[in-house]
Order: sequence, then C-alpha cells, then structure tokens
Amino acid sequence: MSAAATELLVFIADDEAPARARLKELLADLRGEVATSVAGEAANGLEVIERLPASGAQVLLLDIQMPGMGGIELARHLSGLESGPAIVFVTAHNRHAVEAFELNALDYLMKPVRAERLAAALKKARATGPARKERLERAASGAREFFSVAERNRIVLVPVGEVLYLKAELKYVTLRTSAGEHLIEEPLISIEREFAERFVRVHRNCLVARAAIRGFERVAGAEEEEPHWNVVLEGLAERLPVSRRQWPAVKSVLPETKE
Amino acid sequence: MPSIRQNPHPDSLPDFRNLGVVARALVAVNLLGLAVALASEPAWTRALDAFVQSTVLIEPPLLACLAVLYATAPLVGRLPYWSGCALVVALALALAAATQAALGQFADAGRGRVLLFAAVSATTVLAYLTLHRRAYSPALAEARLQALQARIRPHFLFNSLNAVLALIRKDPRRAERTLEDLADLFRALISDGRNLVRLADEIALIERYAAIEQLRLGERLRMSWELDHAPVDALLPPLLLQPLLENAVYHGVEPGTGIGDVLVRIERRGDRVRMQVENPAHAVGGAGEVSVRAGNHMALDNIRERLMLFFDAEAKLDTRIENGRYRVEIDIPYRTGRA
Repeated sequence: MSAAATELLVFIADDEAPARARLKELLADLRGEVATSVAGEAANGLEVIERLPASGAQVLLLDIQMPGMGGIELARHLSGLESGPAIVFVTAHNRHAVEAFELNALDYLMKPVRAERLAAALKKARATGPARKERLERAASGAREFFSVAERNRIVLVPVGEVLYLKAELKYVTLRTSAGEHLIEEPLISIEREFAERFVRVHRNCLVARAAIRGFERVAGAEEEEPHWNVVLEGLAERLPVSRRQWPAVKSVLPETKE
Repeated sequence: MPSIRQNPHPDSLPDFRNLGVVARALVAVNLLGLAVALASEPAWTRALDAFVQSTVLIEPPLLACLAVLYATAPLVGRLPYWSGCALVVALALALAAATQAALGQFADAGRGRVLLFAAVSATTVLAYLTLHRRAYSPALAEARLQALQARIRPHFLFNSLNAVLALIRKDPRRAERTLEDLADLFRALISDGRNLVRLADEIALIERYAAIEQLRLGERLRMSWELDHAPVDALLPPLLLQPLLENAVYHGVEPGTGIGDVLVRIERRGDRVRMQVENPAHAVGGAGEVSVRAGNHMALDNIRERLMLFFDAEAKLDTRIENGRYRVEIDIPYRTGRA
C-alpha cells in the first residue's frame, strides 16, 4: 500500500466557516498520529448530500445543528450509500441538550474539539466503519423532511411534502409525486408510523398524503368485484382504491364527504 | 426611580405617577363602593341602582385625589411613610367633604357616611398598595431579578470560543478583539441585574455581541442598525436587548442557508422609548430542531417579567409576524437620571 492510500479521507460539514477552519487545523496538527486529507467541505445538509458521495470520504465530521437539514436526518440518508462514511457528530451543545437530540446513543465530540479527542474519534471511526442505520433511526427524534433514494454514487432527495402517495410492491415502495416516481427500500409500515400525521392508509399496500385528498368516487363493482370507493388526489388522473377495512378511517379525512 | 432596591425603609408610599398604581386605586375604590351598595341593598337591581347613585359622590373626589397626588408625587414621595399616609387620607377626606357639600343633594348619603367611606377607601387602597409593594419588595424582587438574570445560550459561548480558536493562528489581532468582546459580554451578564443602565451602554453591548456573531456566521448575518433617534441617556433594565438580538440570530439566521437580515431600531417617541428587533421568520425547524429551538418564549417571558418588575404596567412587549419577518417590540417610558 502506498502512503497516500492509507490517508483517511475526511469530509467536514459545519455551517460556520471558522469551525471548519479549526477542524482543518486540528487535522493538520494530527498528521503524525492519524494521516488524513480533506476530501471536501459543506456548509449545510443539502451541500453534504450533493458533494459527499462522489468525494469518496471515509469519515464525515458532521455538525449536528446545520441549516437545511438536521444532522441525524442527514446521517440517515447517507447510511443508504453503498460505501457511506463513518460519521463523527460534532456539537456545541452541552450534555443536557445532546440528550434532547437523543444523540446519546451515538458518538459525538463537543466543541471546541480537542485534538486528542478528534484523533481518538478518527481511529475509532476507521475501525468501526459507517454508522448502523437502525441505530440512527433510534436516535432520530422526529419525522424526516426528505425521503432519499441512494444510487451508487448519488443520493436523490424527495421532499416528504411533495409525495402524493406511497405504494408497496414486493421489495420496494413506490413514491409518487406530481413530477414522477421513485423507488425506495423501506417497509411501508415504518413509514406509516413515522409520518402518521401526514399520510393515511387507504389500502393494505398504499399510503396517501392527507393534504392531497380531493374527494372520493364510488365505483360500481363489475361482475365479481365488489363495489368500493376510489380516492381522488390533487393533480393526479390515477384513482386509488380504498379498501373496505380502511374506508371508515379514510372518509373522516374529508369531513364533508357523505356516503 | 433609577434602581429597584432604592429604599432602605421597609415601607414607602406608592409611586402615584405609575399607571399600575393609579389603575389599582381606581378599581379598588369602585369595588369598595359596589360592596357597600351590595351590603345595604341585598337585591341585585336595587344594589346596582344604589351603586350608580353613589358614584356621584365617589368618582369626583377619587379622580381629584389621584390628580392631586399625580401632580405632587415628587413632594409626597419625600415624606416619611406614615406622614405620607396621613396626608393621603386627609386629602381624601377633604375632597370627599367638598364633594358632599357641592353635590350632596344628588345622592342619598349623609356627610358622616361619605367621610367614613373616604377614610376606609383611602386606608384600604394604601394598605393594598403597600402589601402589593411588599409582595414585590426589594428583597423579593431582587431574588426574582437574580433568578431572571438573562442567560446566554451555552451553544453561543462554545461556538464563539471555537471561532476564536480558529482565529488565533491566522488573525491573532481579531482573536484578541473577539475575546475582549466576549469578556465585556460576560461582565455584563454576571453584573448586578437590579440597576438600570443607560441605553448607550446596552447599545455598545449588543454591538459587541453582534460582532461576535458576525465572526461566526460571516455573510449569512446582515445587521442593520437604526439608532439615529435613539435616546442614549434613557434608562432601562440591563440586558434587555441582547437576548432579543440573540433570539433573532438563533431563530432567524442560523436555521437558514441564505442571508438573514436582522434589524435593530431604537427611537424616542415623546415620553416613550420604542425598541424593535426584526429577523426573518422561519417555520420552527424540522426533525430534531424543534426541541432545541423552541426556547424562544422563555427568553421573552423572562424579559416581560423583568419589565413588569421595573415598570409595572407602563412597559409593553409585543411580537408579531408580518411579511415573513418576525418582530419584537418593547415600549418603555422614557426616563433619565443617575444610572
């Protein structure tokens, strides 16, 4: 192995320029102990999503409190990458506030970061690799703002607010927005639980955005099919069947609907 | 009243120029009148009639009494407590007697009853105001003020120290200046929160605070100051504006990825001082943000309570969201004097 290959590629994400500069200084100071090079920098969550996957970074130093997207949600999206980075969270909050983030389940450094702590965290990150997805999900304190589709070297974010419906098909869930479709690999049941306020289940395999529901149509059953209701969504020609079992819960979304 | 712990004397006369004192006196005396009417006429409708009739003899001396006390407040305030009380009761009696002499034929009440009512009212109001003052007594108010002492978010301290650490090698002079600013800020924070300060000092303090935030946030923070008409000699509780500016940065600039415009506007309007801080309004953050960002009301409640302790009903704090901007406005009486 060449010397360059043993260098740990580090990505720095912090919305404050002085904080990024400080971390770079510390990494340079630690060169003798842990050889690193900076693979990239970002000042907010969306920039990280944009730049990190192609940078080949092995470790991400991630400020938890960044504009655009919270650190934990960002980490959850990154965990979908095939060779995602190990993440070292950094925060200026004290222990008490860290508990509010439910971050105590994960490793983190407190600002101002000390060189020794940073070196230890880098070594540990190199040894343990990327954070486990389940652990990040446990640490999350609220619903995400985006769904993410991880491609080999890229992460596509779909704002949760743009999703009209989600439909489970075999291994995948199809996200439908007014612009198109995306496939994600998440069980529908956990999505239903996470976004209970936003989506309502209309069928065993389908969740619909409450805000997008415009009305219901009665469908007279042809031949052996039973008559049932279809849900009409904003800006979508497609109709989705409502199962008999879900009908009572679904119809209450639009209070003026009458049978 | 430059300080809240002004009186070595256990009791002192109320400040008759204070809106809260005047309002309390008005309400208390009228409630007493109503109580007397109810006691003499058990039936509701007749009691109300009696009350309305008696107002002819209650309101003129009451208003006259308050007007005289308002006008002579500085003189009366200098009297020892008990002489002051005696003077107030005597004044109430004299005005009530004069009213009864002039308007007695319009109401069914003898001179004796009117004078008795005046004496009881004046004593009750004084006793009530004294008790109220004791409830907010210097010792208690001091304790509460200390508990309410503005606290800077630890998040700010650690991020600032981190920013200074980043400056030390590259720009040692700026690092020095920033540490000096931090020192001034913390000196103000641990200083006595019970004395009023000059507006000029509070402005200097928030300018230092803004300089530190500017270092951290760079071009993301765009400060504008409208201070040309600020009455720099006005007195106000310490650290009134700093928490507002801190909130503006924390809620208005940090959560955004773009540039956040923060405006501080201070001006004198007649005998009032109006202070406004404006910042972009962001929807309270997404996942994980809510719990930590939701501290806004604590800071505002804290300021509201301190305003109450210093100015009673004469100060106002309002917040509003308009055109995507969040604005806090504080309106206090314009007072000058020895800080």
